[in-house]
Amino acid sequence: MSDQDPIAAFRVEAGDLLDQIEQALLDLSNRLDDRGLIDAVFRGLHTLKGSGAMFGFDALATFTHHCETAFDRVRKGFFPATAELVHVILSAMDHMRALVDGDGSGLEATGAAILGRLQAALPESGTVTAAPETEDAAPEAASEGAGGWHLRFRLPPSALANGTNPLSLLDELRELGECRVVALCDALPPLPDLIPTECLIGWDVTLTGAIAREAIEDVFIFVMDDMDMELTPLASVAIESAAGPAPQPEPGSSLPAAPVVATPATDAAARQAPRAGESVRVPAERLDVLMDRVGELVIVQSRLSQLANSGLIGASGEVALRSISEEIERLVSEMRDTMMVLRMVPVANLFGRFRRLIHDLARDTGKAIELLTEGEATEVDKTVTEQLADPIVHLIRNACDHGLETPEERLAAGKPATGRVMLTAAHAGGEVLITITDDGRGINRERVRAKAESNGLIQPGQALSDHELLQMIFHPGFSTAAQVTNLSGRGVGMDVVKRTIEGLRGTIDIASQEGKGSTFTLRIPLTLAIIEGLLVRVANGCYVIPLAAVEECIELTAEEDRRTRGRSMIQLRDALVPFLRLHDLFDTGAEPDEHQKIVVISAAGERVGLVVDQIIGSHQTVIKSMSGVHRDVHSFSGATILGDGSVALILDIMQLVATGQQREARLRAVG
Amino acid sequence: MTASILTVDDSSSLRLATRIALTGAGYTVTEACDGLEGLGKAQGQKFDMIITDLNMPNMDGLSMIREIRKLPVQMGTPIIFLTTESDDALKQEARAAGATGWLVKPFQPDQLLRIAKKVLGR
Repeated sequence: MSDQDPIAAFRVEAGDLLDQIEQALLDLSNRLDDRGLIDAVFRGLHTLKGSGAMFGFDALATFTHHCETAFDRVRKGFFPATAELVHVILSAMDHMRALVDGDGSGLEATGAAILGRLQAALPESGTVTAAPETEDAAPEAASEGAGGWHLRFRLPPSALANGTNPLSLLDELRELGECRVVALCDALPPLPDLIPTECLIGWDVTLTGAIAREAIEDVFIFVMDDMDMELTPLASVAIESAAGPAPQPEPGSSLPAAPVVATPATDAAARQAPRAGESVRVPAERLDVLMDRVGELVIVQSRLSQLANSGLIGASGEVALRSISEEIERLVSEMRDTMMVLRMVPVANLFGRFRRLIHDLARDTGKAIELLTEGEATEVDKTVTEQLADPIVHLIRNACDHGLETPEERLAAGKPATGRVMLTAAHAGGEVLITITDDGRGINRERVRAKAESNGLIQPGQALSDHELLQMIFHPGFSTAAQVTNLSGRGVGMDVVKRTIEGLRGTIDIASQEGKGSTFTLRIPLTLAIIEGLLVRVANGCYVIPLAAVEECIELTAEEDRRTRGRSMIQLRDALVPFLRLHDLFDTGAEPDEHQKIVVISAAGERVGLVVDQIIGSHQTVIKSMSGVHRDVHSFSGATILGDGSVALILDIMQLVATGQQREARLRAVG
Repeated sequence: MTASILTVDDSSSLRLATRIALTGAGYTVTEACDGLEGLGKAQGQKFDMIITDLNMPNMDGLSMIREIRKLPVQMGTPIIFLTTESDDALKQEARAAGATGWLVKPFQPDQLLRIAKKVLGR
């Protein structure tokens, strides 16, 4: 990662740090005297300030410094943490995020306002003002030491053990000017009493040249406080020319060498062994590149197995080739699974964000709201979690704004005053199941119907199943809020939520009981990159149908084919299912095969049959997205590359089911 | 042989910046993300110098310095700590724990290199 930009790394890290601080603050708001949490918040702010200053985020460093100071006082017991303080620091988090993301311009007023509130939230004794930096005493007259210095010093006995190397100090002195060094060995004990790690030698140094006192003091900056040093300008000492130049000690000769301890052989192994929970941060795009490679490998592997089974190679070669092909298939599939796991992150990160949301919503609506979460360890593809955040935020807002009642209403209805929003995540087959449940008033069917009628979505009095009625809320622009609060009415409707979920090839479902609450269930595929598909042929083209959507395959007999011309409905046990002739839909112009097949697919509880010429079999499908040019193409959600190198389009199930259902509705209307 | 330096900091961006500066000057850098990991690495290998933050989770810098000073293998290894304040009491405490010197954050790469050169003597 050495080619990485430290500023970018800082932004990522600061984001994580802010998340951690925020979680600690939210926990702290429930347990105001938890010392561990107070320390965690302080440490987080401290780190943020330190690295912020390092990377030139001065506004962030200064702002964070005030918050850190406040928490330092709390930590040291000057005053307790209060709900108000936690709340102010939480809003400061948002400001810090803005400072991390931007260049800090135009945010001064916001920052000042938050600091004002911080000041107000603190007891008077705890005013947050930085102690003025004490300036060093004025430098002494420049003329001092113009001719040189006489210097006599003794390091503290612990200096050697603590890493100070007297020889490099002497080297530094030599760099300042001409230097005469005499070692003072008077303090050395007799050899049997000598402790080799103690520094007992003193030095007498004569430095000639124009040297500032600070330059010499700078050499000893780390040991200054613990050492004995006499420093006198040369003019005031008698030059000991009679004594002659003292012999310079051979470097190291008068000093016992530090004992060398052999590194135990096991250490290399110990260093290599990963610590429990050790992790490596990998940029997402590198995973994507690796994913692409694995995808290509899957394709090559399928070409190989096709060749192995083709009979083009002699019988003896074929056996050998087939065994290689099978071996590679095993490796590729293991590699693919490993790759998938690499992209997985626990939904805990996602759920964590919602605690803050609930905190803010409770404050804004004046309702008491409790967030419960379950299954936070459930892992989902990183891209999926990112794209799920907005829809879930919207569903939680809805639950808090429309679903949950005020404490008074709840008490009157015999419920606890505190409303409850529950988030759960669980794996179910190749999908992850996320539910958002509130114990509020539930969806009022009459109001939904009235609204749908007044918006012209349904005819007055039109018969609708309960499921159909509830699905109305996913229509664009549908809103049942009697009055628009600052939470709703942001132009994002449930239709957007539904579309986003469907974009992830997922589904959304509602269950709601009036007076008891509502549950929204999201089903999302674990990963977006590879799916199991059913490969089918229509005329000369191959197409992939996501296997998860396939319910069954049946034969369309020639007789049925003739009978159903024009109506396109088949009797499937006790239900009539509309079907689409892909020959017609794709306008192939070719004659259909004699024995056509119907693949029955389902989505969102609706079924549609697709008539194809041939079912080739299941196919591991690496999804390649379509280019921008094909943005307006419906019916297809992507493409994949087959073993022989040709391209197959992946059918968009949602779209096809919708098309089929519309046709059915038209046919019904015609009678 | 190039001098090997252990850097201990819970901030990965700071470790990155430190490493870029030090490796650029030819030093070999090993990293640890907290005191506990730092101590573990110090137990396994003799370093020519250790640079550590003080405020860290799991084991803070002062405790780590005290523990490292008990290790025969790190006898006399210079330890530089990073601090945000020019706090004399803190410096005193760190030196009593066995630190060799300090570097005040924020620092520029050349300040870091100057300290490394001063302490390593090369």
